[in-house]
Amino acid sequence: MLCAPGAGLNVFLALLGALSTEEVTLPMDETPASNGMARTAGWPAAGPSRVPAWIYSDPALFQRERAAIFRGRSWNYIALACEIPEPGDFKRSWVADMPVIAARDAEGGVNVFVNRCAHRGVEFCRAARGNATEFMCPYHQWTYNLKGDLTAVPFRKGFKRQGGMPADFRMEDHPLEKLVATERNGVIFASFDASTEPFADYLGDKMLRYFERVFDGRALRVLGYMRQVVPANWKLYFDNQKDPYHATLLHYFLISFGLFRASEPSFVRMDALGRHSALVSQKGEQGEVAGGEEMKHNDPRLKLAGPRMLQPVREFKGADTVVIQTIWPALIVQQQSNTLAMRHVIPRGAGAYELAWTFFGYADDDDAMTERRLMQANLMGPAGYVSVDDSEVVAFAQDGLAPYGGSVGVVEMDGREIKEADTLIAEGAVRGFYEHYRRVMGL
Amino acid sequence: MTPGDLERLSQAELRGEIEALTAAYVHALDDADLERWPDFFTEDCVYKVIPRENYENGLPLAIWYCQGRGMLQDRVTAIRETQLFAPRALRHITGNILVQGREDGVLRTVTNYAVYESTLDRASEVFNVGRYLDRIVVADGRLKFAEKLCVFDTSVIPTSLIHPI
Repeated sequence: MLCAPGAGLNVFLALLGALSTEEVTLPMDETPASNGMARTAGWPAAGPSRVPAWIYSDPALFQRERAAIFRGRSWNYIALACEIPEPGDFKRSWVADMPVIAARDAEGGVNVFVNRCAHRGVEFCRAARGNATEFMCPYHQWTYNLKGDLTAVPFRKGFKRQGGMPADFRMEDHPLEKLVATERNGVIFASFDASTEPFADYLGDKMLRYFERVFDGRALRVLGYMRQVVPANWKLYFDNQKDPYHATLLHYFLISFGLFRASEPSFVRMDALGRHSALVSQKGEQGEVAGGEEMKHNDPRLKLAGPRMLQPVREFKGADTVVIQTIWPALIVQQQSNTLAMRHVIPRGAGAYELAWTFFGYADDDDAMTERRLMQANLMGPAGYVSVDDSEVVAFAQDGLAPYGGSVGVVEMDGREIKEADTLIAEGAVRGFYEHYRRVMGL
Repeated sequence: MTPGDLERLSQAELRGEIEALTAAYVHALDDADLERWPDFFTEDCVYKVIPRENYENGLPLAIWYCQGRGMLQDRVTAIRETQLFAPRALRHITGNILVQGREDGVLRTVTNYAVYESTLDRASEVFNVGRYLDRIVVADGRLKFAEKLCVFDTSVIPTSLIHPI
């Protein structure tokens, strides 16, 4: 175990140093541009066990990602249905960094359309959530109904026979650009491409089972939001959530307080294409009683003074106690003991991403369960005991990768192929992600 | 100081005491003297850092949620021993203290704050802006926070919040 008791942060800085030292021992033929300049295309011949650094910082590539991935055949997370329960309810959201709105119409249907006026492109809705009968762009008051159809254009016929739109202008030709929306057990996804396969097929049976483990049809209740912006490319975070190898090393909090052990049964599961994944753990201590007195800490000096923070109860069937599921292209569903959250990755250009966290429980949770979810949220989010390690380290990664666009990362823990694993010491799902990324991007 | 002093002090004296408490609190944080941080709170305190969006919409989620001084100590332990983060210095500016009430031995105050963050290789920037909603009592012979809610306006947190506010 690299986490020597008491060594704390220094261990990790040393470890990071060791990893970067290892990187320079790459064979020369896999370091395509010795002058450090970014290549503009191509992938190392070795395939997904090598990841070129330029993909994390190239602004032109990000433009292509918008088109090929986020406007392509993908289901993008938009909102929870319980955020817009009533006719007229709406939520502002994003697909990549493209602003959209989810609105419930008078018939109860969910509509997702762009938050961009068809006239001059104004992002007209500036409220996070609300209730409306229609949307009016403030610039020239073009007005849209809850389905995104254009219903009014001021001075369409001009004023005193002057001005006005051409005689052949038809309002039905100028709706807001609409996405196809789908809802699965209280979760709303949308796609710019109407040919995207049905959501259940998109996930595949195995991933759908993990999804429906949390979203089993029970009514949900939002507990609150957290938002952060991290100066790193969005793929670094998505890949981090598919990489169990770091969990026992980077997340020293879990290890040192005995909350996580490498010996715990852990699994990496994927869909057939390798684009979705689930990191699964089965913790022994998540039994009926799991107070601080039961916790075995690897670092004898470290003991929670407020053990109430982590007193989980088992609430899902089966032995799995932690399932972190990534759904291509940019959603992570978090079930870490009793803390549940949607983590919506919103790329902000090539060099930054926003992480929008929506924490939730079930409408029928009792007060004790809600309190547990709120307490265990201390592990997650922009101030989470565990998740700050990830945001910080991917920002470190961006700082190391961006100036060395010609360098290549090594991803060959547990082999070079794309495969599931029954261990944490594996990077098969990371390779699966990049292989699918290459396929979609044509790289 | 005794609980009775809370009732006896003049408005001006009271304000002086609160300002001194606030100054001591933020200097302890800015000096990275984190071990002293829990001492500003009562044993059964509540400390939360809450996005304004949640607070105003009645959503109970906080990004930090400590109940009892032990959980404050755990945060300090994690910062010192377990969490990975880039080196940084924080500087709190507080002001506009408003005393909202003084009853049953509890002072209710609102104080504006801004936290500046200085990190490696970048100019200092405003990290977090908000207000403290405090409930202050006399404990162990001095003023302590029975409850401190840091309700922040900042819509997105730059990278991560490591240190207490």
